[in-house]
Amino acid sequence: MTTIDATPATNKSPSPTNPRRRVYLPHTKYIPILATLTLLLIMYFTGVANYENFGQPSVVVNLFRDNAVLIVVAVGMTFVIITGGIDLSVGAVISMTTTLTATLLQAGWPPLVVLPTVLLLGSLLGMGMGAVIHYFKVEPFIATLAGLFLARGIALFINQSSIPIRDKLWKALSEYRIVLADGVVTKITSVTAVVVVLIAAAVLAWTRFGRNVYAIGGNADSALLMGLPVGRTKIAVYTLSGFCAALGGVLFSINSTSGWALQGQGLELDAIAACVIGGVLLTGGSGYVFGSLLGVMVYGLIQTIITFQGDLNAAWTRIIVGLLLFGFIVLQRVVTRRAR
Amino acid sequence: MGEPSPVLEMTGIRKVFPGVVALDGVDFRLFPGEIHALMGENGAGKSTLIKVLTGVYEIDGGGITLGGEQVDFTGPLQSQKAGVSTVYQEVNLCTNLTVAENIFIGREPRKFGRIQWGLMRKRAAALLARLDLNIDVSATLDTYSLAIQQMVAIARAVDVSARVLILDEPTSSLDASEVAQLFTIMRRLKDDGVAILFVSHFLDQVYEISDRLTVLRNGQLIGEYKTADLPQVQLVEKMIGKELAVLEDLEDRSQRIRAKTGDAAPILSATGLGRTGAIAPFDLTIHEGEVVGLAGLLGSGRTELARLLFGADRADSGSLQIDGKDVTLRGPQAAMKRGIAFSSENRRTEGILGDLTVRENIILALQASRGWTRPIPRRRQDELVDKYIKALQIRPADPEREVRNLSGGNQQKVLLARWLITEPRLLIIDEPTRGIDVGAKAEIQKLVAELSDGGMAVLFVSAELEEVLRLSHKIEVLRDRRLVEELENTEGVDADRIMQTIASGATS
Repeated sequence: MTTIDATPATNKSPSPTNPRRRVYLPHTKYIPILATLTLLLIMYFTGVANYENFGQPSVVVNLFRDNAVLIVVAVGMTFVIITGGIDLSVGAVISMTTTLTATLLQAGWPPLVVLPTVLLLGSLLGMGMGAVIHYFKVEPFIATLAGLFLARGIALFINQSSIPIRDKLWKALSEYRIVLADGVVTKITSVTAVVVVLIAAAVLAWTRFGRNVYAIGGNADSALLMGLPVGRTKIAVYTLSGFCAALGGVLFSINSTSGWALQGQGLELDAIAACVIGGVLLTGGSGYVFGSLLGVMVYGLIQTIITFQGDLNAAWTRIIVGLLLFGFIVLQRVVTRRAR
Repeated sequence: MGEPSPVLEMTGIRKVFPGVVALDGVDFRLFPGEIHALMGENGAGKSTLIKVLTGVYEIDGGGITLGGEQVDFTGPLQSQKAGVSTVYQEVNLCTNLTVAENIFIGREPRKFGRIQWGLMRKRAAALLARLDLNIDVSATLDTYSLAIQQMVAIARAVDVSARVLILDEPTSSLDASEVAQLFTIMRRLKDDGVAILFVSHFLDQVYEISDRLTVLRNGQLIGEYKTADLPQVQLVEKMIGKELAVLEDLEDRSQRIRAKTGDAAPILSATGLGRTGAIAPFDLTIHEGEVVGLAGLLGSGRTELARLLFGADRADSGSLQIDGKDVTLRGPQAAMKRGIAFSSENRRTEGILGDLTVRENIILALQASRGWTRPIPRRRQDELVDKYIKALQIRPADPEREVRNLSGGNQQKVLLARWLITEPRLLIIDEPTRGIDVGAKAEIQKLVAELSDGGMAVLFVSAELEEVLRLSHKIEVLRDRRLVEELENTEGVDADRIMQTIASGATS
C-alpha cells in the first residue's frame, strides 16, 4: 500500500461540512453568547424606541450600579459551572458577610480589619465545600446546599434583624460618586464589579488555572490522566466562588449601609440563571465571564423596562426570565447536539 | 539491524489479585525503534501488564528497568515523567478544548504567567506537521473524527515523553483508511526511535505493523517472537492454547450454507424503508432460519438500518411488514412484542448494566416484556439463567457475580442470553464480536449458526468481512448510508468481492 500521509486529515472527518461551515457561520461555541448579545441589543433598542429618556447613558450605567452584587457573584458562579459544578451557597454567604460586617463594625473593629476578615471567611467556606466535593466525591449540589444552610444559619445566629452600619469608611464608600461624564455618575460598587469581570476574564483565557477549569469541565477523567491538578483546581474554583460571594456581600453592605441575615435569598438562582442566559453550559466545559455579564444585563434590563413601563407587575421579571431560561437551555441543547 | 540494548526491560513480573495470579513471572522487553505487539486472549494479562508498566498497579515481584535504570512507578504521572506514555482506546483528551491546547495543556508556554497562545499554536502545528497531520490547531477537538483525536493524543504523548509509547487497542473504532493513517504515524515514530507497544485484537493489523510480538496466556509468558517468523495460525494456537477445532467446524458449515436455499417463510420485509440523514430507503426481506449479514465500513449506516428494524428510530419513509402484515414500529417494545430482539453494539453503554449480577442482566428483557407487575418467580429465573450460562459457556459460571467483573467476551454472551430467553424470531446483533478474543469470537459465531439451524432468523452486523462471509446466507452491503447491493453467499463471493462493492458502490 502506498503512503497516504500527505492527505489533509480534516477531509476524513465524518462531518465533512465542518471546516467549510466555519467560514460563514460563527463557531458553535460562540452561538449562545451571540444570541444573548443580540437579545440584549433588541431589548435595549426596543426600550429606546418606546420610552423617553431610555437612551440616556445613565440607564446603562445604572444597570451596573443596580446589579453590581449579582455581577460579582455570577463571575464566581461562572468558574464553578464551567468545571461542571454548581454553588448554591452564594446567597447565604452574602447574608453571612453582611451580618458579620455590620456586627463587627458595630463592635468597633477597624474597617480595614473587618474587610479582609469577611473576605477570608467567605473564601474559607468555599474552600471547605470544595474540599468536601473533591475528597469525599460529594455532589456539588449537596455539598453547597449544606454550605447554604450553614452560612444562613450563622447569619441568623448572629442577628435576626437588620443591623445599621455607622462606620465612617463604609459611609464614605457608600456616598462616594464617580463622575464618568456630564450628568453620568456611578458608585464604587459598579467599578469593583467591572474590575472583577476583567480580571476573571483574563484569568480564564490566559492562565493555566483558567484553562484547567475548562479541561475539568470537558472531561475530568482525561484531565487527571493528562496530569492536570484536578483536585487543586476544583477546590480553588469553589474558594473563588466563596470569595466572590463574600465580596458581593461587602458591596451589598456598602450599598445599603446595613447588614441583614435575610439578604440575598434566592440570589444563587439569579446568578445561575444569568450564567445560563449568558451561554455558560450547565454540563461544564464551555462559557465565558463576559457571557455571564451579558446574562446579568438581560436580567437588569428586563427590570428597567418594567420600571419604565410603570404599570407592569414586577412579577413579570420572573416570568420573562423563566421563559428566557427555557429558550436558552433548548438553544444550548441544539448547539451541543449539532457540534457532535 | 544490530541489536541495541532494550529501552525497557521487565523481568519476572508477578502480580497477584485476591484469588487470582494475574501475572506470573512475565518477561517483556522493548527496543528503541520497534513496534512490539502484546498478544493474548482477554484475561491473559495484557491489561495488567500495561497497568503495571504505567504505574497504575504496583508489582508483587520482579523488576522494571527503563533505559538501564531500575524504576518503581507509583502512579501514571510518575511513569509519564520517566518517559512512558499511554494512549487508550477511549481518547483521553478534552474535546471541548482546541487541538493545540489538548497537546500542551499543563505545559503551555508562558510569559509572566500569561499563556502565549500564538506560540502554542505554532508549536502544535509544527508537531502535527511532523506526523503529516495538517489540521487547524485552533479548532476544538470535537470537530474532528475519532481517528484524528487519537492522533492528537499520540502527538501529545510523544511530545510529553518520547521514549516508550503504549497504544492500547487504538484501532478498534477506526475504519480502514483511518487505520492506514495511524499506521503511517506509527512508522514515522518508529523511525524516530520511539519504542511502541501495540495492543490489538486484529491479527492482520498486528502482522502489518509489528516487528516483534510477545504472547501471554493465563498470566504466563508463552514466548517472544519475530512477527515475520511466526505464521498467523501458530500465533492463534499459542494465544488460545488449543487447536482451532471450533473454527474448523464453522468452516464446514460455511460449505453447507451455500447448499441451503431459502424457501422458508419471510418473517420481516421492508419496502423503501428509510430515515432521512440516517439511512436511504432500502428493501430487505428476512426469512425464517436465515442469517443476513450487514457489511460496510464504520458509519456506512449498518447500525442505523438495524435500529430502524427494531423501532429504536422511527422510519420516515417506506413500509415494514412482519408476518405479512403492515406494521409501524412505535418503539423497541412494539418490536419486542413481535419477536424481534436487538443486542446493541455498545455493550458497555447501552447493553450491560455492570452493577447488576449476571442473573439480573439476563432476565432483564424477559421481565421488561412481561411488565413489572408480573415478576418472574425466582426459581424460574434460576432455571433459565442456569440453562443459558451452560449453553453459552459463560465464565465464571456464577449467576450472582456482578457483570462488570466479567471479561468482554463473557459480557457479550450475557447480553446475548438476555435476548435469547425472550425466544425471539428475529435476533439483531450489532458487532457482537468487537473487542473480544479469538476463542470467544468463535464460540459466538458458532452460537449464531446453531440458532439459525434452529429456525431463528439473525441479522448479523459486523465490521469483519470474514465473519460475515462465514455465517451469512446473504449479505447486504452498505456504503455511505445506502444499501448498495444484496449478495447471495454462494461460490465466488469472497471478501474481495464485497470490498469492491464497498469501495465502488453497486455494480449492477
